[in-house]
Amino acid sequence: MNARTQKFASTGLIVGVFVFWELFCLAAGISELVLPRPTQIVAAFLEYAHAIWPHAWQTLYTTMVGFFFGVLIGLSLGVLIGSSKLAYDTAYPLLVGISSIPKVAVVPIFVLWFGAGTVPAILTAMIICIFPIVVNVSTGIATVEPELEDVMRSLKASKAEILWNVGLPRSMPYFFASLKVAITLSFVGSVIAETVASNKGVGNMMMIASSSFNVPLVFAGLMVLAAMGISLYAIFAVLERRMAGWAMRKHN
Amino acid sequence: MSDDRFVHLEKVSVAYGQGAEQTLALCPTDLMIGKGDFVALVGPSGCGKSTILKLVSELLQPSSGNIFFGGREIGAKPIRVGMAFQSASLLPWMSVRDNVRLPLKIVPPFKASFREKKDAEYKDRVDDLLEQVGLLDFADKSPWQLSGGMMQRANLCRALIHDPDLLLLDEPFGALDQFTREELWQTLQTLWLDRKSTVILVTHDLREAAYLANRICVMSARPGRIIEDRTINFPRPRSIDVTFEPEFGALVQELRALIVHAAPGVQEAAA
Ligand SMILES: Nc1ncnc2c1ncn2[C@@H]1O[C@H](COP(=O)(O)OP(=O)(O)OP(=O)(O)O)[C@@H](O)[C@H]1O
Ligand SMILES: [Mg+2]
Repeated sequence: MNARTQKFASTGLIVGVFVFWELFCLAAGISELVLPRPTQIVAAFLEYAHAIWPHAWQTLYTTMVGFFFGVLIGLSLGVLIGSSKLAYDTAYPLLVGISSIPKVAVVPIFVLWFGAGTVPAILTAMIICIFPIVVNVSTGIATVEPELEDVMRSLKASKAEILWNVGLPRSMPYFFASLKVAITLSFVGSVIAETVASNKGVGNMMMIASSSFNVPLVFAGLMVLAAMGISLYAIFAVLERRMAGWAMRKHN
Repeated sequence: MSDDRFVHLEKVSVAYGQGAEQTLALCPTDLMIGKGDFVALVGPSGCGKSTILKLVSELLQPSSGNIFFGGREIGAKPIRVGMAFQSASLLPWMSVRDNVRLPLKIVPPFKASFREKKDAEYKDRVDDLLEQVGLLDFADKSPWQLSGGMMQRANLCRALIHDPDLLLLDEPFGALDQFTREELWQTLQTLWLDRKSTVILVTHDLREAAYLANRICVMSARPGRIIEDRTINFPRPRSIDVTFEPEFGALVQELRALIVHAAPGVQEAAA
């Protein structure tokens, strides 16, 4: 299948799912209180657009700030751990352990420490995306082919030069792969935090809408989240292709 | 005094691995290489030729024995090494030009002015060298877009670009056709006659060794030892015609006999 028919097929599938959803609800007479039809969701989105906007902005803001610091911390920790074999071997089990804890469980702790609002959402978004980045970056650096390091060592390069010229570029494909996961996780983090303890954000809006049985608005919130998540994922996918395209040569 | 001992291996041996799985790759070996000399190392596969290059480039610590440069212990005064690896080992995220330019970024004194000169003087320097090996058209390509022989040529350029005092070449022409190979022999000979760096060349091609080197060391099968050390006196600069002289043919025959003898698994008839 060539790229164009593939694209065509994917688009067709997406449209098909929505059409099926619409027809299924109509045919089965499902109430909008249970599962609203796509057209009803769009209508709710248009009706409440100006009310949704600040919430969407809040969610985007907390996610991006949390994500930014998460990347900063994740990348530095990853470099630190990956560049020493001892540190890597010692810390790796701990990292895997921590990264398998469901991070949303820490939301109540953040609320306890910082009160409800923006701060727990940012922190949750941050903490949830640190670990995949650390694990990936440190693996990328720690698994550099010894032959490539030998090239640098034969030139009497310092550890820092080896890291900068070989370790870091070598770990970029890992880094960008983890960014795509991390940005999605960050959204999960901030939305959960908003749901539990905030009076702003899409998560909070959906909570309120669902308690007043405004189900189409709940789904409109979901749509907004999906749209933001997909856009950011796409941005990072493009960045990945530009910054680490050398590792993906098999695909073109 | 230290000129005839520019590189000095003293009873150096290497064993890979630990405990029961330890394999001796190199028997205690003495090797002295004079400044400006061109030495070829030949021997059956797996006999420790690459291992010797790794020792000399300080990538590997000997299991016993000492290595001296210019009469001094290793590491005392760093010498500028250029190494062409057996597997070309080009960095896949860099263009061919950036790969060849890399040593200028790392090695003093070039590194001090790398920022200012990298797009001017250093770029020309790299492109000149790429042109000499016929790779200029591929300067902006990625390593994986090259053929095996092209990668080896780029690898050779990367070893030469920073004017090393000691040039270590590990089968640099292995993946090339006869004609390109002979052309590069001449290029290498010219470069060496100009620059007078010290060269250690590892090769499987006995004609290559005899054509390029001043001295050929023949090694035995693993664990490696140097079983023959021979001076080659064809006048310089040598033209390809020298390889057709009877004397040259006889030398190659003799070396072949030594190696066939040295490799226990290989039968005479197969050679
Ligand atoms: N990293 C390593 N770990 C364990 N054994 C090794 C390692 N590198 C080399 N050896 C062993 O040491 C011996 C010498 O290896 P070396 O690479 O020096 O051979 P070589 O003479 O360069 O062979 P070739 O001509 O095939 O390249 C081989 O028998 C090999 O099995
Ligand atoms: Mg070898």
